[in-house]
Amino acid sequence: MMEIGLNHYLILSTILFAIGLVGIMRRKNLLLLFFATEILLNSVNIAFAAISHYYGDLTGQMFAFFVIAIAASEVAVGLGLLIVWFKRHGNVDLDTMSTMRG
Amino acid sequence: MEKFLYIALFAPLVSSLFSALFTATPKKQFVGVVASLLIFTSFVSSAILLTHILGGGEKIHVEMMTWMATGDLYIPFGFVVDQVSVTMMMVVTLVSTIVHIYSIGYMDHDAGFNRFFAWLSAFVFSMMVLVMSDNFAGLFIGWEGVGLCSWGLIGFWFHKEIATWAANEAFIMNRIADLGMLIGLFLVYWNTGTLQYDGAFAAMPGLDTATLTWIGIFLFIGAMGKSAQFPLHTWLADAMEGPTPVSALIHAATMVTAGVYLVVRSNELYDLIPNVGLFIASLGAFVAMFAASMALVNRDMKRIIAYSTLSQLGYMFVAAGLGAYWVALFHLMAHAFFKALLFLGAGNVMHAMHDELDPFKMGGLKKPMKWTFIMMTVASVALAGIYPLAGFFSKDLILEVAFVEQHYIIYSVLLITAGLTAFYSFRLVALIFHGEERYKLFGIHPHEAYKFMLVAMSPLLLLAIIAGSFKAPYFEMVTQVLPNIEYHLHSHVTFWIMVIGTQLFVIAAIALAYKKYANNSIKVPDGTSKMENSIAYKILKNQYYIPYAYEEYIVKPYRELSTVFWEKVDLKVVDATVDGIAGIIYAGGVKTRDMQSGNLSTMLKWMVAGTVALLSLAVVFGLAVRYSDEILAILSGLGV
Amino acid sequence: MFEAIAFYLFAFLTIAMFYITVTTSQALYALTALAAGMIFISAFFFILGADFLGAVQIIVYTGAVMAIYAFGMMFFDTTRDVKEKQGNKFIVVGLSTLAAVLVVLIFVAPMLSTNMTAFYPTIEGAGNTQEVGMVLFTKYLIPFEVAAVMLLVAMVAGIVLAGKKMDLSLTLMTQAEIDAAKKEQDKKVLS
Repeated sequence: MMEIGLNHYLILSTILFAIGLVGIMRRKNLLLLFFATEILLNSVNIAFAAISHYYGDLTGQMFAFFVIAIAASEVAVGLGLLIVWFKRHGNVDLDTMSTMRG
Repeated sequence: MEKFLYIALFAPLVSSLFSALFTATPKKQFVGVVASLLIFTSFVSSAILLTHILGGGEKIHVEMMTWMATGDLYIPFGFVVDQVSVTMMMVVTLVSTIVHIYSIGYMDHDAGFNRFFAWLSAFVFSMMVLVMSDNFAGLFIGWEGVGLCSWGLIGFWFHKEIATWAANEAFIMNRIADLGMLIGLFLVYWNTGTLQYDGAFAAMPGLDTATLTWIGIFLFIGAMGKSAQFPLHTWLADAMEGPTPVSALIHAATMVTAGVYLVVRSNELYDLIPNVGLFIASLGAFVAMFAASMALVNRDMKRIIAYSTLSQLGYMFVAAGLGAYWVALFHLMAHAFFKALLFLGAGNVMHAMHDELDPFKMGGLKKPMKWTFIMMTVASVALAGIYPLAGFFSKDLILEVAFVEQHYIIYSVLLITAGLTAFYSFRLVALIFHGEERYKLFGIHPHEAYKFMLVAMSPLLLLAIIAGSFKAPYFEMVTQVLPNIEYHLHSHVTFWIMVIGTQLFVIAAIALAYKKYANNSIKVPDGTSKMENSIAYKILKNQYYIPYAYEEYIVKPYRELSTVFWEKVDLKVVDATVDGIAGIIYAGGVKTRDMQSGNLSTMLKWMVAGTVALLSLAVVFGLAVRYSDEILAILSGLGV
Repeated sequence: MFEAIAFYLFAFLTIAMFYITVTTSQALYALTALAAGMIFISAFFFILGADFLGAVQIIVYTGAVMAIYAFGMMFFDTTRDVKEKQGNKFIVVGLSTLAAVLVVLIFVAPMLSTNMTAFYPTIEGAGNTQEVGMVLFTKYLIPFEVAAVMLLVAMVAGIVLAGKKMDLSLTLMTQAEIDAAKKEQDKKVLS
């Protein structure tokens, strides 16, 4: 228990990933859905960094770096779209966004 | 020569198909005419074939096409015209032609006129297939075909519940017997490797007696159903619900003789197992007496004639069982003529009396219906076996056979039955045609049948008189394929005593019948007379309570069982399972319909579910790859 | 030992924060908890010796991304509670637990192999930032440039999506046209 190994970090990452999944499935508000997505990305980052540390390989950190970059741009575009939708429809409730039916 | 075979075989089929085109339209006269013409063509072809065979020609054997050729099993559609089959063909086509022409008049006012001819010609076709086939499988096809057409014709007036019930009874009883026949066919094929007559019979002497006995028994069970031997006899009397031409054709001349034909055709088999033959003969004698006893007190005209047919079938089986196959066939031929004549005459009477069947309500009809009177009397004389009409030559021959073969019990039974036959036949004739005109009490105005119907019946009248003279050329011809045993009594004195004695006995019976029933003091029995309340009368009237026993102890329990199976098994188990599977799939569909509701939340949930599924697959496969050696060891241990 | 204490402490905190994010009914609490969670994750990076990554996490994620989300929060009436879907809780929790367990299994299983070699091994002696720089600008140059282009695209997209009156281009119009447009707007507003 005292000796923190790779498995500890992986298990932590998985727990955070599961929490993110719960958030995705539960949230009805689009913005809060984005929050849950952020949680997913962060948990993956932890896993990458941990593997990189325990194998002495920098590839993991590089990947985590790019994940952060992509997450940032995704937030920008996503929020832009959310603003457009809000201007048109007045709310960001998922249950009203069912035009992709069938 | 082969073309005559095909014409004789397929003309009835063409007739049936032609008539079938018009079954939905009202009566059209030309349908009957065309059908009769086509059957007549078949008759002419059969006559040509008969002259060919009589003139010493070779039997004609054709193989039309292959039916089944799988592995070792080879069954062709083959047809043979030899001495036995040409005799049957002649009988069938002659009686069929006459019945067709008669039906044009008899079914004159019936709405199902066209349908009747379709069924009737189809029957003739099936019968031709039956007698002309050269293998057991073709015989069975014809067998089933005549059963089907008999069903259709007995239940022709299907609006009457009693008619449909009788039709079903006939068909079901035939089917029960057909099970026996099928087992017999399977045994033949299994032991001899072929269903062709020549191949099978050639291989039979090499089989052991037990197998042959079983084959013989099972084939005879099939014959029992078709020829209404005890205990499968109740359908024949009930089959009188059908129109009278049907009774004349099917239940006198052709279908019921199919069983006799089967035994005659299989004579090589039955010669090898004389014990089975003795059983057949004993059963035939029993049926002869049994049926004759029931006809003594019956008050339904057609049923009396039906019991008479049953009785004569018993005679034929006695002859066939004792090895005198040519005698059986000869009696078949003669019987067909006078029995068909009797039935057609009865049809005339029925028509005249507005479908009244009780002879006690008729009487004195010889004045308005002179020709019918003459025909029915001649037919009854022939049936009784008075010299020189046809019946004497065939029936007395059977009595001789029994005596010569020293089966005295059978002989005495048949002799007594001959007396009974004469008695009830002339009871019928006396009640209908002689005495006082009781029909006037019921307000009926009888008239004779159409002229052309009487003209159609006249060949039968002629043949009933002269058929006895055919015996010698017939014997010459048919003993080329059948065993030619001539039955001679050792002493001439015994022979003459027998013949004269039989004749006197029969004439005495006729006289008794006339004395009792042809006088003017006959009243319609109304259930109060002493005789009607006697035990013997009741037993005979109710056909020894056999139909009642069948209904109570076989039909009712079976119906109960079927109801149980329907409600408990079929509905609750089978239907529930099928509906359950459908219900599950439907419910699954309802649940997964949400997948496409367009709601992002739902879609995300499904995405996670899919991810989980793929992950579990990955884990399973990864584990399998990892531990593949151990898994292989376990599987090989299990024997996969 | 300190490492163990730090790990468990931050692990507990992170899980608690993220749990609050996904389950609370108040939008502001969710935002705040998310930001806190990000900070604690950067703590993990520092524990693991990825200094540069930890700093980037704080600056980019907690600083920039959370700021953007805060602007997005303007579109809410934050006094009202957020309604949740009436879904089946068991399915949700069950599915995610199952997913988590399976992922762990998948990752743990191959980790039992021992002959894994590093592609880009760490160099002893150099600090983490220097190593990151060395690998990033040599081996990962192309992904770096592509990421830059992508960020540019995202920025433009964000501006286009959120901007108002984008059909007029102030830099390409002459002064007279700008004045005319201004007059139009004043007329509309004042009348």
